[in-house]
Amino acid sequence: MNTEALIPVVGVITDIRIDTPDIKTFRVVTPDGKKAFDHKPGQCAMLSIPGVGEAMFSITSSPTNTEYMEFSIKKCGCVTEWLHAAEVGQQITIRGPYGNPFPVDDAFAGKNMLFIAGGVGLAPLRSVINYVRHYRDRYGKVDIVYGSRSKDDLLDYDEILHEWMTDDGIDVHLTIDREQEGWDGHVGFVPNYVKELGFDTDKVAVLCGPPIMIKFTLAGLQELGFDKTQVYTTLELRMKCGIGKCGRCNVGSKYVCKDGPVFRCDELDELPDEY
Amino acid sequence: MRKCSTANLDALLRTIAENASLYLPVDGTDGRAHFTKWEDGVKMSDALNTVRSAKDFFFPQTENLMDFKVEGKTIEIIDTREECEDFVIFGVRACDVRSFDILDRVFLVDPVDTYYKNRREHGIIVSMACTRPSETCFCRTFGIDAANPGGDIVCYKEEDAWYFDALTEKGQALLSKLESLTEECDTAAVDAQKDLIRERMDKLPLADLTADAFGGDKLNTYFNAPEWKSLSQSCLGCGTCTFVCPTCQCYDIKDFKTNKGVQRFRCWDSCMYSDFTKMAHGNNRTSQLERFRQRFMHKLVYFPANNEGIFGCVGCGRCLSRCPISMNIVKVMKELGGNA
Ligand SMILES: Cc1cc2nc3c(=O)[nH]c(=O)nc-3n(C[C@H](O)[C@H](O)[C@H](O)COP(=O)(O)OP(=O)(O)OC[C@H]3O[C@@H](n4cnc5c(N)ncnc54)[C@H](O)[C@@H]3O)c2cc1C
Ligand code: SF4
Ligand code: SF4
Ligand code: FES
Repeated sequence: MNTEALIPVVGVITDIRIDTPDIKTFRVVTPDGKKAFDHKPGQCAMLSIPGVGEAMFSITSSPTNTEYMEFSIKKCGCVTEWLHAAEVGQQITIRGPYGNPFPVDDAFAGKNMLFIAGGVGLAPLRSVINYVRHYRDRYGKVDIVYGSRSKDDLLDYDEILHEWMTDDGIDVHLTIDREQEGWDGHVGFVPNYVKELGFDTDKVAVLCGPPIMIKFTLAGLQELGFDKTQVYTTLELRMKCGIGKCGRCNVGSKYVCKDGPVFRCDELDELPDEY
Repeated sequence: MRKCSTANLDALLRTIAENASLYLPVDGTDGRAHFTKWEDGVKMSDALNTVRSAKDFFFPQTENLMDFKVEGKTIEIIDTREECEDFVIFGVRACDVRSFDILDRVFLVDPVDTYYKNRREHGIIVSMACTRPSETCFCRTFGIDAANPGGDIVCYKEEDAWYFDALTEKGQALLSKLESLTEECDTAAVDAQKDLIRERMDKLPLADLTADAFGGDKLNTYFNAPEWKSLSQSCLGCGTCTFVCPTCQCYDIKDFKTNKGVQRFRCWDSCMYSDFTKMAHGNNRTSQLERFRQRFMHKLVYFPANNEGIFGCVGCGRCLSRCPISMNIVKVMKELGGNA
């Protein structure tokens, strides 16, 4: 019988990194040590633990990593709690890739890039950022604004500190919500920080984070003169099938799992306001 | 066109059932019609439509998708799919026949749902023209002709004989197996029946209902319409309308632990349920108004937007007779579209 999209393959967790008190990053390969499938930046995969459930996660590693995939997962329910309790060597199931990727090879090509993330929203952006770093000469200047509740809630701080911050032509702007001992960086919410930094509009902006952050940051960017056609984001809706059939992620005439999760912000205006 | 005398009908059904499982509407102990497996002595119902739609044959209420064997940290995935056996659904009404086209547009587009496709390929549909359409019927609103119900074989029932015409290769193959029980005939009786059906359709209370006010480009016309409030006010969110609806196809995927391992199955779900879109950081449809609106906007606006204008309702009338608070798509269309 033909292959069935709903039937996953087995994956093995080969590394678990503790990022923050409630986010861990899991490295996944097939039992024979390979990457389960190819993907593009912004695409997602369905991970499951039989008997517990299945959930959708952004593939946070870059497609240029041909050895494995990584997922940064925030603990918030059945599947995610179970994963947080798992050990290296644990098998899970994986299917994908799902969704529309970021247009890294067309609309983004040759552009200055501004990445703006809040909390675990860095997960989908990390894939694009590392893709852009890998093909550095295909893109212009890169700015990254990343904020979280506290210093301890910043995802993948080591990579940010030792790789992104040391790259030429990449400026990283970190912020945390409240003052904290041992933090001499910026304090304040992401949308305000973006306005303070006052970026030129000669770039493409990519936004990801909680819905409220996306809303205010988009408004801030528009105040700076950005047009919605220059701003991309990803949506997060409840998903089950990942292939546009179960109806769960339907908003207007779009299925976020296959028509998204990546949208250009002007495309969002064509959707009813329920995402 | 071929005809089978009413006296020979049992023999004809028996012949069909020799080669494939045969299902047809039969009156149940509840006095209502349900698709039931034919065996000797089973009589076909005269009722117009079954309580549950014929979608169950291709998209059952629950079905196993795969099994898992879990041992320690290891997982084995067991593909439990099997080639389905041939089956015949006899007496499917025009509205339900059209619903398969709508389901196809969901399940057979890339990536194809192999569970659905498997059943679809093995199912033969014998439709039945509706000589006694009911006051809740409005298939014509969606361009469906109850006098030409479609399917693989179309059937017209008269007092003394049943008339059959094959519309597909599958139908032709089945009809050719029934040659000894049928005889070639002209279309006079069927033509007369078609005229009668159309005459009766003209007189139905919903004969003038049109869907012209709806379509893929009507998002902004209706999404924020004030009428949703009063329309949805009494909705219980029970999901009955979605379960009896031949075109509703939302599903859930769940795991079930058995003593041998884990079964992953899917089951019907409903956009009318409050937890349908609940997720970690909130719910994008928190009120019953939003969920109610989703069901009707999907059928009248979103589905046509993605499917060349075809609506996601076939006018079968099931939601009209089954909703506990007597809310239904006709009321929604009249209230919003203004053709009350
Ligand atoms: C496109 C996409 C990309 C995503 N990418 C990522 C990513 O990269 N990283 C990430 O961490 N997440 C990501 N998510 C979110 C992730 O899918 C959800 O966090 C995940 O589905 C939660 O699954 P769960 O089984 O752990 O939670 P569930 O058990 O489904 O819980 C979900 C909600 O229900 C509540 N809940 C849980 N149990 C109960 C109970 N018994 N009774 C009542 N309420 C309960 C929880 O509090 C929570 O609010 C993404 C989602 C989408 C759609
Ligand atoms: S419209 Fe009627 S049948 Fe449908 S969920 Fe509401 S109360 Fe139930
Ligand atoms: S919405 Fe109502 S009338 Fe339309 S197909 Fe569904 S059950 Fe039948
Ligand atoms: S997750 Fe099933 S339709 Fe999008």
